[in-house]
This record gives sequence, C-alpha cells and structure tokens, in this order.
Amino acid sequence: MSGTNIMIVGVGGQGTLLASRVVGGAAISAGFDVKVSEVHGMSQRGGAVVTYVKYSRQTVSSPIIGLGGADLVLAFEPLEALRSAAFLKPGGAVITNTRRVDPMPVVVGVAEYPEGIADKLRALGFDVAEADAAGIAAECGSQKAANIVMIGLLAARRADFSKAEWLAAVEASVPKRFLDVNIRAFEAGYAVGS
Amino acid sequence: MSGKILMLGNAAVARGAYEAGAAFVSSYPGTPSTEITECAADYPELYAEWAPNEKVAAETAIGASVAGARAMTCMKHVGLNVAADPVFTASYTGVNGGLALVVADDPGMHSSQNEQDSRNYARSAKLPMLEPADSAECKSFTKLAFELSERFDTPVLLRLSTRVSHSQSLVELGERESVERKAYKKDPMKYVMMPGMAKLRHLVVEKRVTDTMAYAEGADINRIEYHDKSVGIIAAGIAHAYAREALGERASYLKLGMVWPLPELLIREFAANVGELWIIEELDPFIEREVRAMGIAARGKTDFSPCGEYTSEEIRAVVLGEPAVCADPPENIPGRPPVMCAGCPHRGVFNVLSRMRLTVLGDIGCYTLGALPPLNALDTCLCMGGSVSMAHGMEKAAGRDFSKKAVAVIGDSTFLHSGITGLIDIVYNKGASTIIILDNSITGMTGHQQNPATGLTLRNEPTRKLDLEALVRAVGVDRVTVVDPFDDGATAAAIKAELDADEPSVIIARRPCALLKGVRYTGKCVITEDCRDCGACVRSGCPAISRRSGRPRIDPAQCVGCDYCRGLCKFGAIGRVE
Repeated sequence: MSGTNIMIVGVGGQGTLLASRVVGGAAISAGFDVKVSEVHGMSQRGGAVVTYVKYSRQTVSSPIIGLGGADLVLAFEPLEALRSAAFLKPGGAVITNTRRVDPMPVVVGVAEYPEGIADKLRALGFDVAEADAAGIAAECGSQKAANIVMIGLLAARRADFSKAEWLAAVEASVPKRFLDVNIRAFEAGYAVGS
Repeated sequence: MSGKILMLGNAAVARGAYEAGAAFVSSYPGTPSTEITECAADYPELYAEWAPNEKVAAETAIGASVAGARAMTCMKHVGLNVAADPVFTASYTGVNGGLALVVADDPGMHSSQNEQDSRNYARSAKLPMLEPADSAECKSFTKLAFELSERFDTPVLLRLSTRVSHSQSLVELGERESVERKAYKKDPMKYVMMPGMAKLRHLVVEKRVTDTMAYAEGADINRIEYHDKSVGIIAAGIAHAYAREALGERASYLKLGMVWPLPELLIREFAANVGELWIIEELDPFIEREVRAMGIAARGKTDFSPCGEYTSEEIRAVVLGEPAVCADPPENIPGRPPVMCAGCPHRGVFNVLSRMRLTVLGDIGCYTLGALPPLNALDTCLCMGGSVSMAHGMEKAAGRDFSKKAVAVIGDSTFLHSGITGLIDIVYNKGASTIIILDNSITGMTGHQQNPATGLTLRNEPTRKLDLEALVRAVGVDRVTVVDPFDDGATAAAIKAELDADEPSVIIARRPCALLKGVRYTGKCVITEDCRDCGACVRSGCPAISRRSGRPRIDPAQCVGCDYCRGLCKFGAIGRVE
C-alpha cells in the first residue's frame, strides 16, 4: 500500500468539507489517483464530522478508512482528534487545532471534556502537532479561515505536493472574494507548521 | 490523469444524464441523493424541478418518459417507499423515452430513519437495477440505464449508497448525445392499466425479466477478474471497492454492475473456478440468498453483520483473518451529537414544548434534533408526514383528554410533502389535534432546497408562493395562528389556547433558518454580572451557551446574535455587544 490516507475530523460547520476538497485538489494536480469521501447535510452541524482523503500512485478503490487505516488525522477540534485515535496506523501523525468546542453532553454537564488530549495521543505512540488555528486565522483577518490554516499546517508536514500545488488547490476551492484572507491563512499555517 | 476531473458521485449521475441526452429531472430532496438534482439544474439543456414529494416526482418523470423524453427521478431509499406505487405499475407500462429511477441507500444511517435495502424493490417490481462503485461508474451506468430502459422498454433503477453518492473520484467528461424526443402515440393497451390490459402487460413484464437476465449474462458491467483463486468474491458497488482494497490480488472477483436480475450462468462459472466463495454486500443478504438458491455454498452474512457499513479493514479481518492493528480507543470520550444551530428558530418551539411536558409527535427534518438533550422534546419520529396522522390516531385511541396534552410538529416542506393529507384526515374525521408547522422558509436538513412555500423554484426563479395559512384553512381548519417562535410568551400562549380548543388547529411558527443568506443577525449576546445562574438559557440547548467554569457563558465565536436567549432571561442579565 503505497498510498496516503488522511482523515479530516471536526465539528459540523467548521469547514472540514472544503478542507478535504483542497487536499483532493492538490493530490489530483500532483498526478495521484484520488478519492475523497464527504459528509453532507445541514443536520450534521454541531455534530462530529469525518471526511477521508486517499491518494496513491496506484488505483484507490475504497473511499473510506477503517480502524488502523489512517496515516494522518487532521483534527479541527481536539476531542475529535482523540475520538479518531483508533483509526490511525501505529505511529501515525496527528495535527490538531487547540481550540476546543464543547459538545452538548459537556455543555449540559452530563460529561466531562477530557484534559491533556495531546499527551494522551502521544502516550499512544502518535506524532502530535498542535496549533491554535482559530487564533491564527483571526490574526489573518477571519476566524472562518481556520480550515485553511489547518491546510497550511498539513502542507508544511507532508511533502507529497509542492507549495504551488497546495496554493492552486486553495485558490480553486475558496470563493474569489475571500481568496486573499485564505492565502494569508495558508501561509500562516505553513509558517507555524514548518 | 489529464482530461479527468474530481467529481462527486451524485454530480457524476447528473453528468451521465446530461451526456445521455436526458431532458427532464424531477425529484424531492433526500440525503444522500439531493445533489444529483441540484447538479442537473446546472445544465441549461435539462429541465429540472423539485416536486412536493417522491411520488409526484416519479409520476412526473414517468409522464415525461411517456411523452418521449429521456427522464430521471432521484430519491433516497425511504423516498422509494413513497414513490413505490407509480414505480410498480410503470414496470408494467414500460417507457417511451428512457426512464432512470435513481435511489440512494444509506447504510450506517448517516442521515436516515432506517437502513432498508432498495435492491429488494428491484426484485419485487421486476425492474433491472444497476449499481456503480465510483463516480466514473455513476456517469457511465446512468448513461447505460437510459439505453437499457429504451432497449427493454422498462424503467431502470440505479442504486447508489452514501459512500458512492458523497465520494469524489475521477471522471472523464464526454459530449452530450443528441437525442430527439420520441413521438408520443396513444396506446391504451400499454399505458391504461386496467385489469384487462394489465394482465397482458404482466406477460410482457415476465418475458422482459427473462430477456434482461440473458443480457446480464453477457453484460460487460458484470465482469470476472481472476487472481488467487482460493478465495472468490462476489460483490457490487461500494462493497466491491472495499473488498478490492482489502484483498487485492489475494482473491478473485465477480464484480456485478447489474444487481438485478442476476447472471446465474456467470455466477455458476465463477463459483466453479474459485475455492471459498464469499458474497460481500452491505445490508441484506440479497445476492447471497439468490446464490444459495442456486445450490451454491457461500459465506457472507454467516460472518458479516446485516447492520451498518463495511470497511476494507473489516473485510480483511474477516476473510483473511488479518485484523487491523490499531490503538485501543480511549474510553469515556463524550459523544458529539449534531445540535440545532445557534440562531435556529426551531429552538423556540421546542423549549416551550419541553417546559410544558407535552407529548410531541415529531417528523423528519432538522427539528428532529429536538429529541436530544437538553430539550428531550420529541416522543416519536417515524416518516415524512407521520407526525400529523399519528397525532390523530393517538387522539382517537387515547381520547380527547390525552390529545389536549399532545401536539404534532412538522416542517414547512415536510408538511407539503405528506402532512397535508393527515390534516385532511383530522378535519374529515372530526379530530381536534393541534399541529405546529415549523416554517423556516426552506427545506433545511438536506441543505437548503426551495419548496412550494418559499416562492422560488429549483433554479431560484420566482414562482407563485404557496400560502400555508390559506391552504390549511381550505381543508377546513378554522383556528390558524401565526407566531414568532422567538417570542417565548406568545408561542406558549398560542399552544395552550389551541390545545384547549375542541377543534383542529394549526399554529404556524414562522422564522427563517438562521443559515439563510437573507438572515442577518448582528452583534453578540453576553451574560452580565446580573446573572443568577438559573440555567434557563443553558436549558434552551443553544450550542453557544455553556457552563465551562460553573456559570453560563456565551462563546462569541458561536453566538450569531439572534437575541433568543435574551428573551428567556428573567433577570435581564443577557446584554449585547455590537
């Protein structure tokens, strides 16, 4: 299996779908076979969402990733990174946003939000990188660009595609009027991740 | 990879219809099928519309086919239940222009109320069914569906699943075929299904089943791929993709592109050439039962569950005995169920219903989320329109005292889909139920589709806007109230008054979805030092309000500034920042 399996996880409404399309776009421009599996529907908002991006020099058959199948988890929210742990290959990589979003069971006080998530993941043998993507995005001009900050963080750590291929994929996926802020967000994420 | 683009399975179905020269698409939205019709609307050469429900959509597409056009209707699996009546008899009439019936199943129930397997419809209705495994096949199989439809004079089912509909993979675009609309010719023996004619058509249907079975034997979409012959896999669609990834060249494959009727001779040939035969299929043992009925031993549901989705990793573990190596999932991770958005107008109604401790008959839409904590407001959720009719049945069975403490809630689009017939039943049979129409001015859950009450078509062209008040009055409801669900007092008062009235009543709770483009709340709500920590705002279930450090706090990143919580606070302790 020469391909790369990436899981993008987060909370519905955080822009994981767009992020998965950017990764898919970068992979296709770099000449890989690609499959991207998405989650649709407004009713997913606020819920845990998972998208998969798989690319390979060989044919990619299945669009989804099962237990122990992911090379990397790109987590837009720390709790969702922890939830994905069993989907990672041994020694797999995690890039996570540090900005926590309390799920409703925590909001209403019937569950506790786990502390020290990055350390828990490291204890399981994973390579964990963290950044405040929401804060970085706000400095770039829009908190909504946090998903593209995450893409910048990913780009800095995966050498499969050139920076130009990443930037072209960002440009092809975001609305024209938000392009500048998203380019800034990508560059900021890239700088932090490098 | 030049010339190929990354495309969603649903978009590829629309592209296939476009390239096949289809002229007509009518559907009702339903996850995971919705984007097919939205993408079809992007091709000016196709006429595309939203119908009020799947039955109407299917009948409309059948009409277009009889008129001679290539026509398509798309729905989710439970939508096919609604459309089943015309579909079963269209099997008898056959077609004029090619007719594709696209149905998207939802194994794993990502966004559905059940996990039914649509392949059973193909057998029951005696219709050919194709099942693509990726976006390229979505396009080519859709084109094939139109060809087979015209060749065998039959509607053709195209079965998708969530992972095919909502995955992107590479597709090579082709040109649109120039297809002339066929002439319409009056033919009562074919199109008027009275017993005399239908008896003769049934003979035609049975011959067609035999003919399509013969086609399936030689069809190149049913193909054998021999590698290691000690393990043989029969699979179709996404299940084949999972198996192919799991087993690679350590198994041989019979990939079925056509899942009904099945090619018996091809299956026998394959089974004879492999060692252990496995049928890999999600949901029902549909192929497996047929294979066993041929007297061929096979494993399948002997080792796999009929519930939920498969993965490659699971297939490798079961078939090869090679379980995936993975970390033990950490325990006690809080769940994250979907929630009504900050600013959602439904929250107002459910907060009142929750406080009044009523029996609430729910329906299908974003508002089904009212069932979850902290609102816990729903008692039932069955099917599209079911809330209204169930309220009537409960009243007739349990009595008027019971129904004074029960309401049905239903969205605007769902009410027009099939709630209106239940309301007619209530009026006709002298019921006194109270129905709350949650009018958020859009079909929300499936991702913002227009409907007859929004005044816009699928292509966002202005049209006659259905008047909900006039409609419910016309069927005989005299007590019709319109409230703003964010006006807590008025909503509570209206519900109380209508429950007390001994006649049918409709409350229209009207406020647009907070995610609609025209809705512009500004500023943010903030909790001030006057907070007495009564919890009224937290209990409303707004995701922006939490108790991270004991006292309620509003997360400015999530707050949309809708002010609903400010109306709930008895102490005036929620202010605003602009």
